[in-house]
Amino acid sequence: MSDDKRLVGIVLVSHSAQVAESVAELAKGLAGGADTVPVAAAGGTEGGGLGTSSELISAAAASVDRGAGVAVLTDLGSAVLTVKALLAEGDELPDGTRLVDAPFVEGAVAAVVTSAAGADLDTVEAAAADAYSYRKV
Amino acid sequence: MLDADFFRRWMAATAASVDREAERLTALDSAIGDADHGSNLQRGFAAVAAALEKESPDTPGGVLALAGRQLISTVGGASGPLYGTLLRRTGKALGDAAEVSEAQLAEALGTGVEAVRTLGGASPGDKTMIDALVPAVEALGEGFGAARSAAEAGAEATVPLQARKGRASYLGERSIGHQDPGATSSALLIAALDEAASGS
Repeated sequence: MSDDKRLVGIVLVSHSAQVAESVAELAKGLAGGADTVPVAAAGGTEGGGLGTSSELISAAAASVDRGAGVAVLTDLGSAVLTVKALLAEGDELPDGTRLVDAPFVEGAVAAVVTSAAGADLDTVEAAAADAYSYRKV
Repeated sequence: MLDADFFRRWMAATAASVDREAERLTALDSAIGDADHGSNLQRGFAAVAAALEKESPDTPGGVLALAGRQLISTVGGASGPLYGTLLRRTGKALGDAAEVSEAQLAEALGTGVEAVRTLGGASPGDKTMIDALVPAVEALGEGFGAARSAAEAGAEATVPLQARKGRASYLGERSIGHQDPGATSSALLIAALDEAASGS
């Protein structure tokens, strides 16, 4: 891996701004030295309420796009549907943006760790999705 | 033939109807959802009406594409991407024609409903907007009045169903006995189509 490796961007979409921002902080903290990974939170509505904002999602994705693709993780319901609708639109999100099917917290940690290691989008997606297989009991 | 004016009337009639029925939609949503359906759609269709006034697209497809985009960006709940996709895909299917026939609208609306099914993963009987939209599209060949009746009957028929999609599905059997808010607002959308057709 070259030093100037472009990193995969991570966008965390939650109904709650606090949840999205806290999970971003947690993932970066647990990844250790992952300050270089472009991570953006898109939580809640623009007015600060609970919900999903397509504008916040588009802005977050644009802000973390380094040309290596953007992995979007969501919580549930309208967060999932809004990202899918934006992807179907074609020009609302940077090229190489992908909705990643993963548990929100564990998937975010896995995505940030793999992105920090310089992995490509497929690898980041696989690592985040694999977090579904970590059973707790 | 149906021109851009007809589609603007449809959207304006939907905005007015959603505004009138917002409290009822929210009441239905407070029984089995998160009590925001009425206010979310009210905000969304108000934005649609404002955008159409400002930009006044001159084709049926253009009107619906703009309306769909507004809903996705302003609603903030699941109904935004769902209704947004419905209108946008219907608009896309209508293409650039300045006027479309009722048969073309019926076919395009079928494409839009199919896109909603793909997006949300819902099938008929899951207690969702699909339960009003699918019968409406099927009846549209017999006219707007028939589609309206079919949508209203479809919405009422969600009462005894158990929700299998969305937040209401977490309630399991407790979702039985309530009319689905999404199917109810879908019936309003189809009723507005009939209003636009009768010029009222």
